[in-house]
Amino acid sequence: MTLLAVLDHDRGKLAEASLETLTSARALAAQMGTDLHAVLLGADAEALAGQAEAGGAAVVHVAQHEVLVDYGPEAWGAAVAELAGSVGALAVTATGTDRGNEVLAQVAARMDLPFVANCTEINTGANDGGAWSLTRTQWGGSLLEDATLDAPVKIVSYGHHAIEAAPADEPGAGEVRTFTPALDGSLARTVVTDRVVLSQGVTLATAPVVVSGGRGVGSEEGFAILDELAAELGGVVGCSRAVTNNGWRPHKDQVGQTGTRIAPEIYIATGISGAIQHWVGAMASKKILAINTDPEANMVSKADYAVIGDLHEIVPAITEEIRRRRG
Amino acid sequence: MALNIAVCVKRVPAPGAKINVTADEQSVDAAHLGFTTSPHEECAVEAAVQLTEEHGGEVTVLTLGPGEAEEQLRYAASVGAHHFTLIPTDGTAWDPQRTAAALTQAITNSEAAGSPFDLVLFGNESADSGGFQVGVRVAHALGRPMVNGIKGIDVADNGFTARREIDAGFEVYEVPSPAVLGVKEGINLPRYPTMKGRLASKKAVVDTAEIDAAAGGQGKVRLHRPAEQASTTEVLGDSVEAVGAVVDILEELGVLS
Ligand SMILES: Cc1cc2nc3c(=O)[nH]c(=O)nc-3n(C[C@H](O)[C@H](O)[C@H](O)COP(=O)(O)OP(=O)(O)OC[C@H]3O[C@@H](n4cnc5c(N)ncnc54)[C@H](O)[C@@H]3O)c2cc1C
Repeated sequence: MTLLAVLDHDRGKLAEASLETLTSARALAAQMGTDLHAVLLGADAEALAGQAEAGGAAVVHVAQHEVLVDYGPEAWGAAVAELAGSVGALAVTATGTDRGNEVLAQVAARMDLPFVANCTEINTGANDGGAWSLTRTQWGGSLLEDATLDAPVKIVSYGHHAIEAAPADEPGAGEVRTFTPALDGSLARTVVTDRVVLSQGVTLATAPVVVSGGRGVGSEEGFAILDELAAELGGVVGCSRAVTNNGWRPHKDQVGQTGTRIAPEIYIATGISGAIQHWVGAMASKKILAINTDPEANMVSKADYAVIGDLHEIVPAITEEIRRRRG
Repeated sequence: MALNIAVCVKRVPAPGAKINVTADEQSVDAAHLGFTTSPHEECAVEAAVQLTEEHGGEVTVLTLGPGEAEEQLRYAASVGAHHFTLIPTDGTAWDPQRTAAALTQAITNSEAAGSPFDLVLFGNESADSGGFQVGVRVAHALGRPMVNGIKGIDVADNGFTARREIDAGFEVYEVPSPAVLGVKEGINLPRYPTMKGRLASKKAVVDTAEIDAAAGGQGKVRLHRPAEQASTTEVLGDSVEAVGAVVDILEELGVLS
């Protein structure tokens, strides 16, 4: 009787999201009245067993197989599905990152069971094997769905950042069990073969200041004034999907549901109407300043501060005022 | 080597400032909304068209949805896809297992009637229900390799080289053909339809494949909006006169240092 939590790592370094996995899985196991087991995949993951133990795992399974040299969605999914069967897991969980959802989808496909992605709340009910009630996100978080999950083994991910990672009150027993899953060698076909590392400056996801432009900027050249303000503030430039669709900025600058989720100290949104799909990527910003000609724009009514006016005048004037004060 | 590529796309509403839910709480109120192809899949269609432009071959676009989803198939025709299959539903949302089973059947039927697909593309997740699994399930049922979150596809010796974005760059996957990949927006910039494309879309033949499948274990109870934080906006001004107040705030937040 166990809850199996799948932990993620990059060649032996635990993923930040896995601390969330341990936090949500502890609560879920307590609700289910079961032990929490963690699973780590690949030889270089064994060193992380201590972190899983500290996070409350009673048992830490370490899958070792020659195919598991690096991340591979099919191999990881097959190994977890096999383990879920052999330990008699009542549920399997992970955090809904790209990898977390991908691996659980692989597990579900292999076990021919449902998989509910990106939950925000789970109620396991009477714990008699019956259906669970849960709430999950749709539209990247703009909408919630109350759902039921009826399956002999429940496979669920919690949305990334849906809960805050917290240390366990006390560690689990942390018994390490290595096992060799019966993986078909052909599953090496989807194992990472190489990595390309790109230069890392301040990224959109981590920048303390994001100066963003929407359709109101009007052209690719129009972004020069935003580049200048962002540089003055040590921040980066973002944009809306209307802008990427027009080819004015690359997609890596796009904020929103199908772009990047940001959480800066301040988000300066200029010429952006604030469509729900944009907002869902910006709403974690600590403060928002909207600059827009339309006082009724959604971005304006949702912002902390607004200047109603033409961004082409306001933005350079802000840069100038900063420079003036700096002397 | 000419490529035979299938792309599975979903028709979704395009809400603006707010998403409203119907009175029965079962769907997004789309009475006053336009519809579009879910963005990741729009990019998947573009990726497929670009690959066949470079290497030769044809693109088949499949959609499971209401009859109106023909609009999204015709849009795909206007940007260069060749064949179109609609798997009609009664308009209700199908759960991921049911959707995947029906799409698997449609792909199998299409391959039996024509030639096998070298590549089947999906979007990383649908824009509305966001289940993150239909492509994975279809690939598993077909016994084919699948990697999601793909932002680059090149033809390689025995299959495809696929790139997936990670924090510090890309992971590279070498998947043998036939393969299944889930594509993310940003892999390309989808083209707009040309005049010629619009004509092609009017003439395009849309096949209908009546396929049903058993419901899975995930059941929708109701949709609702997340609680909104009450917000009040402090309007700092309506001209360049306001920049003093703006810079005061930047100073207070400590982002000027
Ligand atoms: C499934 C789906 C996913 C999506 N994902 C995303 C996403 O990830 N990110 C995203 O951004 N969008 C996304 N969108 C698109 C979104 O719905 C909007 O279409 C888009 O955000 C609009 O961009 P915008 O605000 O720049 O343009 P508009 O809505 O056209 O707004 C332009 C704004 O600029 C203002 N303006 C005009 N001129 C000036 C001026 N001179 N000075 C100041 N203000 C001016 C106008 O008042 C207006 O408010 C998605 C849509 C769908 C359907």
